[in-house]
Amino acid sequence: MAFKKFVVGCFDEEGALFAAVKKTRQSGYKIHDVFTPMPIHGLDKAMGLRETSLHTAGFIYGITGTTTALSGIGWIFNSSWPLNFGGKSHFSLPAWIPITFELTVLFSAVGMVMTFCYLCQMAPFVKKHHFHPRSTDDKFVMVIECTDKTNEAAVESFLQGLGATDVNTQVAETGWWLGRYDKERTPFGLKSTQPAV
Amino acid sequence: MASSKEYFVVPGRYKQWTLGLIGVGVLSLIIGFILYGGKDQGARWWAALLQNSVYFLLITNAAMFFFCATTLALAGFNMAFRRVTEAISASVIPIGIITFIILMCIVFGGKDTIYEWVNRDHVANDANLLGKAGFLSRGFFTVWSVLSIGLWTLLGVKMRKMSRSIDDKPLSVQEGKRFIFKNTVWASLYIVWFTLTVASVTPWLWLMSIDPHWASTMYSWYTFASTFVSGIALMTLFVVYLKNRGYLEYVNHEHLHDLGKFQFAFSIFWCYLWFAQFMLIWYANISEETIYFKARFEGAYIGIFYLNFAINFLAPLLIFMSRNAKRNYATVTFMSVLLVFGHWLDFHQMVFVHHFPDQVQLNLFDFGVALGFVGLIMWQTGRVLSKFPLLVRNHPFLKESIIHHT
Repeated sequence: MAFKKFVVGCFDEEGALFAAVKKTRQSGYKIHDVFTPMPIHGLDKAMGLRETSLHTAGFIYGITGTTTALSGIGWIFNSSWPLNFGGKSHFSLPAWIPITFELTVLFSAVGMVMTFCYLCQMAPFVKKHHFHPRSTDDKFVMVIECTDKTNEAAVESFLQGLGATDVNTQVAETGWWLGRYDKERTPFGLKSTQPAV
Repeated sequence: MASSKEYFVVPGRYKQWTLGLIGVGVLSLIIGFILYGGKDQGARWWAALLQNSVYFLLITNAAMFFFCATTLALAGFNMAFRRVTEAISASVIPIGIITFIILMCIVFGGKDTIYEWVNRDHVANDANLLGKAGFLSRGFFTVWSVLSIGLWTLLGVKMRKMSRSIDDKPLSVQEGKRFIFKNTVWASLYIVWFTLTVASVTPWLWLMSIDPHWASTMYSWYTFASTFVSGIALMTLFVVYLKNRGYLEYVNHEHLHDLGKFQFAFSIFWCYLWFAQFMLIWYANISEETIYFKARFEGAYIGIFYLNFAINFLAPLLIFMSRNAKRNYATVTFMSVLLVFGHWLDFHQMVFVHHFPDQVQLNLFDFGVALGFVGLIMWQTGRVLSKFPLLVRNHPFLKESIIHHT
């Protein structure tokens, strides 16, 4: 459990958000993350995020699938249980290609979905702190990470100066923890620390 | 937007290269005729002409297919380089005429040099060919070839004319909507005709009937995939050339990325069809069908068979997989040249194997003829590019292309 202090501000539209992200980075504040109701083109670049390596992971999963299929089928048809299919040789590569293709796709797809969920910290029975409930509805929420030396009041007024509404400071868990959103409305890990703001 | 780079000025060296390449082509034809014209009724010479003319006709026609497909999809990303697509598709006119003359010479030349179904006495004693006699006949072949090439040309001219008609006329919103609708109507007519020709009947007639006893329903899609990949590669080469010369100011690596994605995706599509056709025949193992792959897969052409697979599938799959490769001018140019060559090789094994099953015939003569057609495409494309502005400046979707971002 790693609790950190964050300053949260909401914006009403993309244009204001882009300008705010740019000014925040220029001012030297560290943006923890930006939560938006829909994907926004170019925001990753504006925030200076590095390119995702999800596709590299996908390639590795795909290669694993190819290897699994070829070695599996090769072992079964050549040594474990050789069968005669219409007089074809036991090592019949063309006939294996469809299954190899399917396993490649299956491994890379399932692997990438699971990696994506892990990177975004999403899974069943797992919870994450929501900085603002309307970030899934109509607000563009920018979260600035604070250090021990940060003056929260100064950050709050800075955000208000950029046109943010609903500006507040929160102490929150950065990772994920076990729990369900529909059962417990308050994240249990935060009960003791939340009023500290 | 009146910049000095609004019109393409054909550079002197471009003209020299064009004329040089056409010269090489004509010279190859003459030398080839001297060398091969007498042997076997000139089958070697006619096969090379057929392969090259049909291949280059279909890849320039693929540019018009791209034009119409993107129009129907209301796509905006390609507006920055749309004039390049148009100019390449204008090459359908000269190459279409040449192809038609070659086809007619082959069919009405009086001999069954390339197509054995031309010989009616032979067909009368062959139950298989007799069953196909209505389809594989001089009449149907001629009518269908005229219709194919004629309608590609006419609908292409109409599409290009509509695109140029708004060059000096800014459109209001209402006019823009009407313009887009009119475009989609004509584009859909072209697409329907394209489906009936390139994606079904025409490759059966022109290429598959070289092996008249053998039939594959996948053949035309496979041909289409082949020509579409190399058509995109050809467009990419012209876009990169113009960009290098300082034209096409709104084209950037985002558009290059899209062209790279098209090449990547359709290379995989090509391999899917290529493999599906091969594997079903290999698996069923019926002698009427496997005869097609006998020379290709087990005979003299096995080298070309695997080279075809390596160039047209493995190379784009591995090289174009990463995002950075598709955004890099050098890799994209290299892959485009490789793919145009690779699919040319694919057409070589489609056309040549039936008549020359014992030995690969590929030599400088084939490359010379191919270079002649490349020169012809360069000449026509350069000429059309220089006549009209390089930017579709009043097209309603232009802004979408300028701010395009992936």
